[in-house]
Amino acid sequence: MSEITTVAFSGTKEQEEQLMKAIAEHKGQDGALIPVLHEAQNIYGYLPIEVQKIISDELGVSMAEIYGVVTFYTQFTTNPKGKYNIAVCLGTACYVKGSGTLLDKIKEKLGIDVGECTPDGKYSVEATRCIGACGLAPVLTVNEDVYGRLTPDDIDGILAKYN
Amino acid sequence: MDFARAHVLVCGGTGCTSSGSVKLIEEFEKRLAENDLEKEVKIIKTGCFGLCALGPVVVIYPEGAFYSMVKVEDVEEIVKEHLLKGRIVKRLLYQETLENDNVKSLNEVDFYKKQRRIALRNCGVIDPENIEEYIGTDGYQAFGKALTEMTPEGVIEEIKKSGLRGRGGAGFPTGLKWMFTANANGENGKFVACNADEGDPGAFMDRSILEGDPHAVIEAMAIAAYAVGADQGYIYIRAEYPIAVQRLKIAIEQAKEYGLLGDNIFGTDFCFNLEIRLGAGAFVCGEETALMTSIEGFRGEPRPRPPFPANKGLWQKPTLLNNVETYANITQIILNGADWFTSIGTEKSKGTKVFALGGKIKNTGLVEIPMGTTLREIVEEIGGGIPNGKKFKAAQTGGPSGGCIPASLIDTAIDYDSLIAIGSMMGSGGLIVMDEDTCMVDIAKFFLEFTVDESCGKCTPCRVGTKRMLEILDRITKGNGTLADIDKLEELAEGIKSTALCGLGQTAPNPVLSTLRYFRDEYIAHVVDKKCPAGVCKALLSYKIDPEKCKGCSLCARQCPVNAISGEIKSPFTIDTAKCIKCGACESSCKFNAISKQ
Repeated sequence: MSEITTVAFSGTKEQEEQLMKAIAEHKGQDGALIPVLHEAQNIYGYLPIEVQKIISDELGVSMAEIYGVVTFYTQFTTNPKGKYNIAVCLGTACYVKGSGTLLDKIKEKLGIDVGECTPDGKYSVEATRCIGACGLAPVLTVNEDVYGRLTPDDIDGILAKYN
Repeated sequence: MDFARAHVLVCGGTGCTSSGSVKLIEEFEKRLAENDLEKEVKIIKTGCFGLCALGPVVVIYPEGAFYSMVKVEDVEEIVKEHLLKGRIVKRLLYQETLENDNVKSLNEVDFYKKQRRIALRNCGVIDPENIEEYIGTDGYQAFGKALTEMTPEGVIEEIKKSGLRGRGGAGFPTGLKWMFTANANGENGKFVACNADEGDPGAFMDRSILEGDPHAVIEAMAIAAYAVGADQGYIYIRAEYPIAVQRLKIAIEQAKEYGLLGDNIFGTDFCFNLEIRLGAGAFVCGEETALMTSIEGFRGEPRPRPPFPANKGLWQKPTLLNNVETYANITQIILNGADWFTSIGTEKSKGTKVFALGGKIKNTGLVEIPMGTTLREIVEEIGGGIPNGKKFKAAQTGGPSGGCIPASLIDTAIDYDSLIAIGSMMGSGGLIVMDEDTCMVDIAKFFLEFTVDESCGKCTPCRVGTKRMLEILDRITKGNGTLADIDKLEELAEGIKSTALCGLGQTAPNPVLSTLRYFRDEYIAHVVDKKCPAGVCKALLSYKIDPEKCKGCSLCARQCPVNAISGEIKSPFTIDTAKCIKCGACESSCKFNAISKQ
């Protein structure tokens, strides 16, 4: 999670304007860094070094400190996510019901590991903590869509929907 | 105000939203409009009903008909039959509510019968996005009573007398915490904070309370602020809970509009403001000092205690920090009195506890039970037992900090002290049921993987020690462990327990210690016999074809990716275990159940 991504940064003017607005809203507030990082990640989808630099300059917080915070929290990522982000719940309830085998199957199908993105930028895979849908265990989500009560045999069908 | 003749309550909790309740609401709106019923029938999106396994859930009043696993296609029938003609659609009812073709009240159903809802009292009952519905169920009355009829000392005395203990897991007496914070020097300001960083994988009661009854937490925080002398509050909540965050935001705005937050509340001198701070996915931030470091905007690393937050908390100022469920009990204690609260529960654990029931159990969901209820009552009666006729093996409480309770202790009456005595802990309230197919060594490894991943790295016992423990467990599950490894595991566990800096590290060895205590024979089977009795640990499995059942169809041989299966058509096939990679493709392809793993 902490590696610098190899994908070139391609932020737009609009994104930068949004970021500046978010920074202005929080500047001067106690403990402003984490709320700003949340907003920045909402705007860009991830937190590349270029974005961290802007935040550092504007908030007057050192790059070392920002990088330390970004890499400490699992929600923050320095890697872009795929068009379809597949998140497999590895909370206890899902794990006991076999979500580990779902994750294995997805990794095998896509040929990538947790935290990675397929080279075409289409799919990324992550293992999440409990998303609270324990009644549907085991559960995975593709972007906003939730799939529950799964077996490894359902994986092909789900991936086929996102082409 | 409009009066509706019927109310359709659709669960809008995370569980039911995941199983499609938002689409149901849209369909209900459409169908009601088609039948000109939109003025007579009101749709309300509520919080969690608790029975998540049966989601999405729809309840229609005045009858109280409880429809479960409702599909979009079913909505038209419910509208036409139930709402238009007054005939309950029995086919779609939760079948437990049907007895001899008569519909019985939900409170008589096994799942709800033994529950007592205090913290969850409004969940699934009111619309959490409408402050008036909360006020309609005595909301903000306790706050009014505290502010206008009680002194801050009087409030603290009442909470102390109630015997309420912290619901986040450790069980520290809440009233004492309030008193310490009230007594601290607050000339530079004090804070109250709410821990909604529910990180225990498999626990979701805090989320459900915030989703179903956010005002209860806001009101309790305001009461706490009055009692300890704070004027600013923070709710630290996981960013992974978008619905809860959204409803909290709405609730705070509404409370401000109604003058229940802000300056000079109820015409008194008391002022209180509340802010939401989002967590960013770090389990350690559930630890109180780490949580505060995170609110301050830094890496969420814990700090040594003392000084305790009551004296030096957020920005070095006295801070009161309680968990969501703890707060959810406060208003009821103020309204009904400490004596009422102490009449529920056991000698040293008063009131109720919410558990998130999950794993190998029929009625997955959220249950609130009086302290002192036995594990057997929870699993067999409320939970409806283990599905597929399997046997109960253990229940895990306390998440990565807790332990496994074996079947021999199923009659334990649950409270803070009894759980500690048997090597587990209350924790935040995750209760995961395991059956005979669960390998206890694998579960210990699962929890340790979690703590290794979430260790913040500040202290050595946790950062290095848990990692070494995980390596040993990994060896054992791969069949490379020795008996000396088990001793080493125990030694390390005790060392980490007594030397780690914070609660996360000190409790991290618990899953290993408790499984060693009750399931040592399973560890020994892995080490000595090189067998996984539950058939989970892949490296220790071998697949076998039962020659009696095998028809010699060759399907498995064709499925095998490494050509490990051979034989002649119409006579039993065999597996070459040296070649087998244990993928299980043969087992799932066999039409005669002739292949099994051992």
